[in-house]
Order: sequence, then C-alpha cells, then structure tokens
Amino acid sequence: MWTTKGLARGLLTTPYPRATPADHGATPPLPIATSIGRTKAAVVDVCPTGALMLGADVVDVDLGRCIACQRCRLGTAPMEWKADQHLARHVSASSLPGKAFRHSLHVRVVDAGDGGETLRELKQLTSPYYAAHRLGIFFTPTPRDADVLLVVGPVTQGTRQALLDTYRAMPEPKWVLAVGSGAVSGVPFGPSFTSASGVGDVLPVDIVVPGDPPPPLAILDGLLSLMGRVPAQELRP
Amino acid sequence: MSDLFPAPNGVLLAELSRLLPRDALLRGGEQAEVMTSSEQLPDVVGETIRNGYTLAGIAVEWEDPGWLCRYVFYCATRSGFVHVLLRGEAGDQLPSISPIIFAADWPEREIEDLFEIPFEGHPLLGDFVLHNEDWPEGVAPMHPAYGASEPKPPRSERVWRPQRFVDAPGAFSMSVGPVYAGVAESAQFRLESEGEQILHAMPRLFYKYRGLEKIAEGQDAQEVLLLAERVNGTSAVGHALAFAQAAEAIAHVDVPPRALALRLVFAELERMRAHLSTIEDLVESTGLQVPTAMLAALVEDLLRQSGRAAGHRYLFGLVRLGGVAMDIGDTAAADIVKTTRLVIARLSRIGDQLAYDNGFLDRVEEVGSLHVQSALRHGVVGPVGRASGLGRDLRAVQPYGWYAGRDIRVALAKEGDAYARLRVLTAEAAESQRLLEATLDALPSGDVCAPWRPQAGAALGWSEAPLGGTFHWLRLSPTGTVVRWHVMPPSFTNWPALATAVEGSAFQDFPIILASFGLSAAESDR
Repeated sequence: MWTTKGLARGLLTTPYPRATPADHGATPPLPIATSIGRTKAAVVDVCPTGALMLGADVVDVDLGRCIACQRCRLGTAPMEWKADQHLARHVSASSLPGKAFRHSLHVRVVDAGDGGETLRELKQLTSPYYAAHRLGIFFTPTPRDADVLLVVGPVTQGTRQALLDTYRAMPEPKWVLAVGSGAVSGVPFGPSFTSASGVGDVLPVDIVVPGDPPPPLAILDGLLSLMGRVPAQELRP
Repeated sequence: MSDLFPAPNGVLLAELSRLLPRDALLRGGEQAEVMTSSEQLPDVVGETIRNGYTLAGIAVEWEDPGWLCRYVFYCATRSGFVHVLLRGEAGDQLPSISPIIFAADWPEREIEDLFEIPFEGHPLLGDFVLHNEDWPEGVAPMHPAYGASEPKPPRSERVWRPQRFVDAPGAFSMSVGPVYAGVAESAQFRLESEGEQILHAMPRLFYKYRGLEKIAEGQDAQEVLLLAERVNGTSAVGHALAFAQAAEAIAHVDVPPRALALRLVFAELERMRAHLSTIEDLVESTGLQVPTAMLAALVEDLLRQSGRAAGHRYLFGLVRLGGVAMDIGDTAAADIVKTTRLVIARLSRIGDQLAYDNGFLDRVEEVGSLHVQSALRHGVVGPVGRASGLGRDLRAVQPYGWYAGRDIRVALAKEGDAYARLRVLTAEAAESQRLLEATLDALPSGDVCAPWRPQAGAALGWSEAPLGGTFHWLRLSPTGTVVRWHVMPPSFTNWPALATAVEGSAFQDFPIILASFGLSAAESDR
C-alpha cells in the first residue's frame, strides 16, 4: 500500500552527475572573487571570519572560512555570489584512490561538534532527491567496512578521542573528508580552549568540502571526485 | 495587597513580599527581580513554583569578587518573568534547589562544572560538561581567569567509570554512542537493564561542548549573533531571535513592523521544516521506508524553498540586530505560500495513512510515555511538553514580536507517548503554515531594519524555537561587546525528561523514543 503512494510523486532524483541540475535553491550561493570595481574594498571589513581578502584588483574569497552569513551579499557594496556544487577541493592530487572505488564507496560519518545542520544535509543524501546509494555510496555503521571517514564539526575536546579511535579502526586504504566550514577551518568556533581549527589538526585530511552547511550536492560532488567520477580540483596553496 | 503589585507577576510578588524584606524587590513589571539570601532561596523558589512558574534556567555572572546567580522563572499561563537573584562570595556554597524543582538539576550540575561553584545537597556533581577522561581536574572554563583561547589541555589521565544505579542479579549496563551506526550527533546513553526492559537510562552529553558562551565573551554582539544561529543549526532563526530580542531590549530599539512580520515568516518556515525532520526521523526509526522517503522529500522541498527565498537552506544570516537582513517581495511570498501549502497537504495525507497503519501504531502508541506530572517536574518545553498536556507555548503565553495579539492555536495532546508527539508535531506544522500565510497576506509596509547602536546593559530574550522555549540572557558593555551570554536551550531542558520517558520500555523502543523527542545534542552542549 505504501509503495503505490510512494510512486505517486514520480521521479524526484537529481540527474547529477550525468547532468547538472538546474533546481533553483538546491545549491545555495556562496561568494566568489569579485573585482574591486564592482564592490568596495571596505566589504572586506564586513566579513566576520576573515574569509574575504583584498587582492590587487579583486576581493578574493577563502571559502574554507566562509560561514554563509550573507553579510557581504546583502550589504551596500555587495560581493558577487554564485551557486556552484563543485566546492570540494583535494588537498593533494596523489591521494586519489584509483579505479577500485569507482562504483562503491563506504562512508563512516563522525560528528565532531557540528551544529546539526551539516548532519541534516548528510541525511538528505539518502533522500529521494539525491539517493546517493544509486551511485554506490553507502553510510556504513562500522569503521571496519569504511573506506572514507567523513567528519563534520571543528573537533571538540570531547569528540577528539572518538574520532581518533574511529580512524584507527578503519582498514587501509582510507581517506578523510572534512565537510563544512567547522571541519575545514574550525570557523567560527575554533581554535579555542575546546575546539581545534578543523579536522586537519587531528587527522590527515584528503578532501575538504567548504560551506556552512555545504548542500547535499556539494557533499555528493566531493565523494564522487574521490571516486574519480567528477573532475577533482586541487586546493590552492 | 495585590494593588501594591500590579500585574504582570502581581500575585506572586505579593506572596513573596511576605517572605522577604521590603528592599528585596528590586524591580516589578514584566521582568521582575527579587534579591534573596541562601537561607531564603528554597522558600522563595517553592512559592514561585506553587504560583505556576517554571524554571527557564540559571545564569551566573561574575561580579568581582564573587558571583551573581540569577534563577530565571517564567509564568506558564500568563505573561511575566521573575528573576530570583542570589549574591555570593567566591568559595561560598549554594543551596541546591533541585530537591524542590527537578528542572534545576542539570543547570546546577553545569554551573558546578564550568564555574566550580559547589551546590550543597546536590546528589550528583562532577563529570557533566567536562568529562573526567577528557579534561584535567580543576579546569573551570567560565571563570574570568580562564582564557577562551587557552591551549587545549592534554587529555586527562583520569579514568571514567560509569555510575551504576541498578543493583539486581544479572543487571548490566549497555552503552549507546557517542558514535552511532548512522548519521547522528555525538551523544552517549547508558541503559541499565536486567534483561529486556530498560530500568535506568542516563544520557551522557557534552561531547560536543564548543564553549560558545565562553568564546563569545569580548566579541562584538553582531558577531555573537552568528554564534547564536549555530547553537543549533536546525533552529537558527529561533536562537537568533532570542539573542536579537535581548540585544534590542538593551539598546531600546523599536524593530519596524515589516521586520517583525518577516521574522515570524522565517521562524514559522523553520518550525515547519524542523518538525517535518523530526517526523521523518520518527517514522524512519519504526522502519517504514516509503513514508520516510516521502517525508524526506518534503523536508527537501522546504529546504529548497528557503534557499530560493532567503539564499540559505537553513535560514542563516537573516535575523539582524534591529530587524532582518532582507525583504521578501510579492513573487517570493507567493512562492513560499504555494510550496508550504503543498507540503502541508502532502504531510496531512501521510499522517492520515500512518493513522491506519497498525504496524506503525504498535511501535509508537504507549511507547515512551511522559506523564504530565513528570513533564511538570522537568519543566519540559516545546512540542514534547504539549504532547504531555503542558500547553506552554511562548508564542502564546509570553508573546514577542509579531506574535503579540495574534490568535495562535496551541496544539495539545494528553497521552504523552510517541504517537501524541507525532500528532502535535503534525498539527503544529499546519498551524505554522497558517500563521505564515496569514502574515504574508497582510505584510505591513516600511523598512526591514532599524539601526542598532551599542549600549551597556543586560536583558533576557526569548523565543519559541522549533524544539521549545529558548531563553538568552545577555549582558553588553558600552561598546557593544558581550560581557556574559547564557543560553538556556530547549534541548538542555528536555534531555533529562527523555531519560525518564525511556525507563520501563523495551530496548528496541529506545531509538523510537529518542527520535520522537527530536532533541539536539549541539544545542544542549553549546
């Protein structure tokens, strides 16, 4: 009985990565480098986390520090914002796993102090709109089966040991994904007396997915780039 | 007598004036303040409770050379707050009030851990926020001498041995968490049993303690607003509202009507989405795959709607001190109304089908019952309280912003079980849709933000976040930096009630009860 009801809404699943979806609102916009001509240099001071940097002729953005507070978007001299799901960056290109994981990736998620929103977006990955399992991506209950450790949150004093234990329990080869601005740079919580400045303080990170929170498509993009199914982009030094 | 003490709070203040010296009443009106001493505190608290007041939380502030302890009570039926104050020197002991009102249990444990203020007569102190195995002895992060950017202490050498409460042949303790099988927040539960039934449950939270209140100290209020949004990322508007209203009360800012109306729209949109997520989690915990997927799709519909209308799927960055960050045009308003109507229509169809699914009803009816007396003792807030018959909805009893004067139909149920919580959540989501549509239909014109200028002072801000009553105590310096910010979130209030609701049920019901409460560890841990 439920099955017929479930079918009634039809197919919702995004065509990604076969085609780029055009659903407005699926990927919220984030600031992009904007020429100083368009904006004003003072916009840098509006940023509460230091994500905006004044370059020679552009205001540059460090997405790892951006918490999507919208202050530079809705201000008087606005930065340009653009929706883009290719947010994931590889820390080094040599870390790619090769073809073996192209069609199957098991992910162990650990919450290291997230506000709850990034976890919600991760849960959405299994919803009909994204259906990550159709791409061979599964959340696994045990670290023994996991290929990828996906960490959210800035790594608090209390979650640090659980995170390290989970990592140690995973078999080689293994990769670490830091998802969300907290996990990427600790912003806006750390570094402090209890938070680290991101997962990189504790574990070797292979891929970062910035955003507060990164939308499900961006997280999916990060996982697919690890599997070699979408082009990987390297983190600028 | 009551003529001397006009409403609000008049009746209680008249009673308290019999117990206290004349100069103890520092302030009347809606935010009344009374000063007590250690000896009088239990009597004053007892009298306040008898008059239908509930503890919102306890805010401690350092006042050289001692501290000021502020017990914030709110009236659960009429408008009015009473702050009971107690001054002490460093090294003094406070009388524990948790034997009188159990809702003080967790706040007292938290204060003992973070401030190292001991409570006389409290049965269980230590290893609460700062876990023994993670933090060395003698660390008191909220003490003014402790710096927010102090290096993280090395992991403590201490070993934590969980306390056992059940003493029976064959009794064992099962620990769940802090890392769960699926995508879940870090929190631990110790379930004690002698077989199938859970006899005692103890939540062990604060793995995610981010020290938000500490790192906020000395930061500009405009920046702490961003931290307030991230106390619980799924109730960003609720917390931002409580914080902004406190800051606006301090600076005496009149928020323009259009901004107030838009705040209501954002808050109700958030409530709908948060309630739908909780319903989804509850249905998922019973193993019904298809309705779980249908509900997850509805959650995504609302997330995309939020992204379209406000630029952020979780509505971050919209509440500003003095108003809101952006206006909503006619097209966007029509879009919101259309989407939310459709979502509620679909939700009600799913709810109707669930009501006829015997397999589902067997898993949720008479499961995790929270009796109204238990709920009262714990001071339970939000949908969980309303499912147990406590109709305290701050939008109705302590109206703020655009809610004042609106007709708000508070959803109520008596059973207090998981199914009652599901029905309350469903009804509230529909009520949220009605409220936001009515507001968008008659949006007042004008500005959406008034200038907010820093001013010294302190105030309480509150809001009904999706999970329940949220209270922020805020003190600002003349330049607008935060001196003290204390968050009293609904999850912190409701977690101990979850432990009570779990006791007596079978192990396999635990995930269902947990999901039906829909609590957030991040919000509680802060």
